[in-house]
Amino acid sequence: MTFIQVNSHKYGRLSEECSQLLMFFQLEAIVVEMQDPKNGVKNSVQKLNVTTIPHAAAGNDIIAWINTKMKTTVEEAQVFGTMLVAYGYIYPLKNHNKLVMCNDSSLYRFQTPYFWPTQKWVPEDSDYAIYLAKRNIRKKGQLEPYEQTHYNHLHEWLNHKWEFIVMQATEQYKAGRDRNKPDRVIFDCQERAYWMVNRPPHRTHSALDCGPERLIDPNTEERISFDQYRRVNVFYQQAIMRSKVKSSVSLGALVKYITTYKNHDPFLAPCQPSNPWQTDHDAYWTLNMRRVEAPTKMRVERWSFSLFELLTDLRGRDDFKIFLKKEFSGENLAFWEAAEELKWGTASSMSTKAETIFKTFLAPGAPRWINIDGRTMGLTVKGLEHPHRYVLEAAQTHVFLLMKKDTFFRYLKSPTYKEIQKKALSPETHSFRLVFFTNGN
Amino acid sequence: MSQDPLEGCRISAGKKSAVSLGKALHPPNLLVVVEGTCGACVAASPVSAPEGSCSYNVAHHHLCVCVRVCMAWQGLQKGETLASLKQESENLRRKLEEERGKLTDVELHQVAEKVETVAALSIKTRRVLKGHGNKVLSMDWCKDKRRLVSSSQDGKVIVWDAFTLNKEHGITLPCTWVMACAYAPSGCAVACGGLDNKCSVVPLSLDRNENVTAKKKSVAMHTNYVSGCSFTNSDMQLLTSSGDGTCALWDVESGQLLQSFHGHTADVLSLDLAPSETGNTFVSGGCDMKANVWDMRSGQNIQSFDNHQSDINCVKYYPSGDAFASASDDATCRFYDLRADREVAVYQKDSIIFGASSVDFSLSGRLLFAGYNDYTINVWDVLKGTRVSVLFGHENRVSRVRVSPDGTALCSASWDNTLRVSRT
Repeated sequence: MTFIQVNSHKYGRLSEECSQLLMFFQLEAIVVEMQDPKNGVKNSVQKLNVTTIPHAAAGNDIIAWINTKMKTTVEEAQVFGTMLVAYGYIYPLKNHNKLVMCNDSSLYRFQTPYFWPTQKWVPEDSDYAIYLAKRNIRKKGQLEPYEQTHYNHLHEWLNHKWEFIVMQATEQYKAGRDRNKPDRVIFDCQERAYWMVNRPPHRTHSALDCGPERLIDPNTEERISFDQYRRVNVFYQQAIMRSKVKSSVSLGALVKYITTYKNHDPFLAPCQPSNPWQTDHDAYWTLNMRRVEAPTKMRVERWSFSLFELLTDLRGRDDFKIFLKKEFSGENLAFWEAAEELKWGTASSMSTKAETIFKTFLAPGAPRWINIDGRTMGLTVKGLEHPHRYVLEAAQTHVFLLMKKDTFFRYLKSPTYKEIQKKALSPETHSFRLVFFTNGN
Repeated sequence: MSQDPLEGCRISAGKKSAVSLGKALHPPNLLVVVEGTCGACVAASPVSAPEGSCSYNVAHHHLCVCVRVCMAWQGLQKGETLASLKQESENLRRKLEEERGKLTDVELHQVAEKVETVAALSIKTRRVLKGHGNKVLSMDWCKDKRRLVSSSQDGKVIVWDAFTLNKEHGITLPCTWVMACAYAPSGCAVACGGLDNKCSVVPLSLDRNENVTAKKKSVAMHTNYVSGCSFTNSDMQLLTSSGDGTCALWDVESGQLLQSFHGHTADVLSLDLAPSETGNTFVSGGCDMKANVWDMRSGQNIQSFDNHQSDINCVKYYPSGDAFASASDDATCRFYDLRADREVAVYQKDSIIFGASSVDFSLSGRLLFAGYNDYTINVWDVLKGTRVSVLFGHENRVSRVRVSPDGTALCSASWDNTLRVSRT
């Protein structure tokens, strides 16, 4: 099995086209191996109407082969098989408009390399028109409704070329008649499969259906100008100077985060009372609403993880405010909230908000004067003369750090927090029988 | 010649102002005026100025502004050539790798050895949302954990209550390929954009009969398709990424451009805002195979990663904000540690050769869900780098995967015209 390993910088920059080509080469290598007479997929001769088709393989045989070769599960092998059909390397003999690989005895054939997606020629509308015209010549009324619609449309907008198209179609039809019957039937199947992939009818999903073109091709004309180099050099210089942390520290922190939140992750530990998507019962959401008298134990535990968690959950913020009120130190949080509002508010409200904040928190003798160091205060007040969105950044950071390093920990040890912990609910797990009855059954 | 190139220059108030220069610099130089905190005010990280660097603190003006003099706009200095700059670039790059290497004292899989393995997951689809007439390109959850908005190639944007399968609102856009949609934090509006080069905000009303499409308001204007959009911490600001290679921050009320972010050399396909307490950065990924981290205040690119070998389709922050993951057409997903400034894991398998289109983390950050172009969703163990599970069911490419805000479910949008909500 030749899976092409792409080393970084070996191929340089791969445009979307290139990486797709690489993928096609990998698919083709596999398809060629599949057709190996000795080690390939088992195939046999099949009867299609009156004609005998050689080299037809059953879906389950193909999937079994992929399974063995790629050492994957059966489902993954089936997915891979489906991709081979979706890209047009293999086509189904029956149900030709369903581009999937079924894990049963339905028959498939390998598409001739002439019709592979990597071939240089792009399936133009005129080619499609010739194909449809040819089928029309052969037998009128043979076109499917969607094909008839396409045909009519093409007839209209390719009208100027129509004589040429009909001529080509007639030529191809005559050439086809000269072939022997089995060859002709096979070629017709192949051609039909090709157009199924390149002009899929509605509700048929071919893998060649792509999104809108990505406009900027990084491969074109890589002439980097001197000013671009300058900018990049400045970036590198700043990156070198920026403080970095040892991997053991940063990775350790990531692991710690995961461990802390493990029991709160519904994909790893069960929700109490139950995951609403599992039992169709939304108790979990009702119990965790914004304004509940008693929050759940898990929710209260989560507040203790970080000040950020406590403040993000508005119910937690409420409880924190109760504590601050008792301590007569609510102005820090109030200032932080006001600064947030300024930062994320509309551009037009900036100056009014800034003025209010100054009057309430920063002016000498203000009613909720915040106690920050002289330098920060000085700079903030100066900045407020011409307020902009981030004018309170320094003060806000200072206040947040104060709360994080001191107030937050005192909160966790306080009677307020202990009280809410006691009051917190521990809902019982829903048993399926209970849910069954409450649904009114 | 004076040492201060800004001597004699006037800075006019306003968000984006051009600065007229003193005689110190050559005429057609452009100054990039950046709105943001002055280095003298925020004592956070020193904006030091080694020779040739270009950050200036304008402390003596009333307006606190960090002015970045782009020396790039000057002509070649004495002794500089294209080749010498290129050489310097390569030297600096090598030095950066060296610095990063010095701090690499342990690898992720080593740290992961002490962590217990994830138990086998059995994830089932619980809801299938049918209603779009064509490929579903994007979706976003509402903060109420049950509603979501989805956009499609047929130009329609639908707001669903995924729990009851109710379609609550339908918005018709005049363009096809609506590639970006986002739910506002308040739940009262949605944003959407795509091939129309715009991103519009649509307020949602409680009145079912009201035609919400009529209230649509254009906010963002790009010169090419809009590939991604996201509200910040409020309904008032919108961040967009575009095929024109830039990202931009907009004021929703006035439609004003607050900040633009230049640095990608190709289409930007995705962006994600940092969930940290400071909330001032975001990451973007594009067709230039780079993932860039930006400072929203200054518009500056602060970190960049170019490990992918093909277009980056999606970027997503780790829940703590100290790391992020990316999905690419090179069939791999990668994990980056922001504090150590390097890539720490690659999630790939020999049998996966189709591009990954979208990624998202579970609530704890232990699991990474990735949607692929072979119609499957692979679930990776972030720490150990192994694949935990594969989800089948979609009949065409998976275009977007998103975990709900409380982590209870995963929604996947696909080109098979449906959305699926799955859970363990």
